Amino acid sequence: MATLETVDVTRFFGGLAAVSNVSFQVNQGEIVGLIGPNGAGKTTIFNLINNYFSPTSGDIVFQGEKITGLPTHEICKRGIARTFQVVKPFRRMSVLENIMTSAFLRYPKAEEAREKARWCLDYTDLLAYQDTLGRSLPLGQRKRLEIARALATEPKLLLLDETCAGLNPSELNEAIDIIRKINQDLGITIIIIEHHMKVIMSISHRIVVLHHGQKISEGTPQQVVSSPQVVEAYLGEKYAAG
Amino acid sequence: MSEPNAAVSANKLMDFLKELGPAFWIVVAVLALLPVVGGFLLNDYIYHLIILTLMWSIMGMAWNLLGGFTGQVSFGHAAFFGTGAYTGGLLAFKLGISAWYGLLLGGFVAVALGAVIGWICFRLRGPYFALATLALAEIMRLVANNWVDFTNGPMGIQVQRTFTTKLPYYYIVLTLAAVTYLVIRAVIASKLGYYFVAIREDQDAAEAMGIPTARYKRLSLYFSAFFMAMAGAFYMVYMGYIDPHVVYALHDISIITIMVAMVGGVATFWGPPVGALIMILIGELFRRLPWAGTAHLTFFGILLIVIIIYMPNGVVGDTHKLFGFLRRPVSRAPGPMTAEKP
Repeated sequence: MATLETVDVTRFFGGLAAVSNVSFQVNQGEIVGLIGPNGAGKTTIFNLINNYFSPTSGDIVFQGEKITGLPTHEICKRGIARTFQVVKPFRRMSVLENIMTSAFLRYPKAEEAREKARWCLDYTDLLAYQDTLGRSLPLGQRKRLEIARALATEPKLLLLDETCAGLNPSELNEAIDIIRKINQDLGITIIIIEHHMKVIMSISHRIVVLHHGQKISEGTPQQVVSSPQVVEAYLGEKYAAG
Repeated sequence: MSEPNAAVSANKLMDFLKELGPAFWIVVAVLALLPVVGGFLLNDYIYHLIILTLMWSIMGMAWNLLGGFTGQVSFGHAAFFGTGAYTGGLLAFKLGISAWYGLLLGGFVAVALGAVIGWICFRLRGPYFALATLALAEIMRLVANNWVDFTNGPMGIQVQRTFTTKLPYYYIVLTLAAVTYLVIRAVIASKLGYYFVAIREDQDAAEAMGIPTARYKRLSLYFSAFFMAMAGAFYMVYMGYIDPHVVYALHDISIITIMVAMVGGVATFWGPPVGALIMILIGELFRRLPWAGTAHLTFFGILLIVIIIYMPNGVVGDTHKLFGFLRRPVSRAPGPMTAEKP
């Protein structure tokens, strides 16, 4: 059974179909890459999954249950956590407090939440920044703060929205390691939106390609790269020649 | 099983008291001992000023929990203050029960009122809540003014004051203020506090992290309304007389409550008490100037503008700026830093 399934999901903004009739499945334990040119509807898919907007039509099924239309916080409680492309740290809270806030979902007592938060910070290599205010954190660490904060809710499915954008090469490798670790050691299923081809090609088990709100291809990284439609829409001639 | 649990909660209490720091105990001890040790310094007027300062501290702290920590600004907290006052007053006036019960009962009536307004307004974001509270307070004032059969309308309600001296009121309001302070600190140190601040900082992120933001905004409102009404009920028993224009006043209650929190320091624990002290002193100062009339309101407006521009975190939140201002001449003096420059 698929962990997550989108069934003919469509979302209109006025007359524009940001996402139209997109269906795909994500299986337990997978890392699925979601790629496409700017404006293809990738982030909209995330916003539909955690019901930041509800789909105009179609359904989202999580672990065999329809979650379409459930409140965002309830979806998080069921086990879907996300990060934001435009990072949203709690600016006037320390890094530790940021993570504690999300750890409270599973650990209502402050002491246990603090312990869980420390563990998440250690896992994402942020422990050195635990007392830094959210607003003073450098971008690379903010991206990891997003991951740590999502992790603290103990998700079954993690939605990563461009957590590698804007990182320098060493930060990039660290981020890839952390994402792999989360998937392999914690067994968390991941959907990742990423423009950085090195990241997406190396860590995704499967890739779903969106273009103008429609799914144009799906498969292993190799299959997707060799699909002529994808090459035309997105990857360019360099990959086509390779 | 019960023994270890009791030990755990006792430990927790100890931790909480340790984190509290000495400032709270010093202030409470000084105020508690003041009449005993320094009684010769005090007269009825000074007692009155301290009692008012403590009452306004409660009001500022109540507003601050919702407006400062949770980021939901209310322009009509008089709605809850007046409801507390009228609950106490009506108990005495209609049922012949002591108005003192209003301290608790008024709180619960205000929570019920908060439940209605929160249920309606917290689905929306942005300035709707501020506008709705403003309207609520005005509606309450008009109802209290015109529903003469129930509230005695503009004639107001008078109750017999229980004590003839100030001292009992002094200790009662000191206790109420201390309890309010402790409850708010405990709330902010718990999961609730983290959720409140998260909602203020970023509602989308909070919601995505599993926080039911609408429910926690309502909870914050309930706490805030409760303490605000408690202060209102105290006002009733202390002053012995209320009418709609006094306890449901927009400028004298709702706005001054915001000023107490903002001047003292929004989202700080000591901001409201410090703000209350400043506002009471300035108010009394103006009262002594015969030419000033009601110019204190103008002055409060100017003060608020100055605070927002130069000390957005209030006197407590921007203490370093105050002292920095005092220190500035020293740091400009020639020293190692300036000497090295060519």
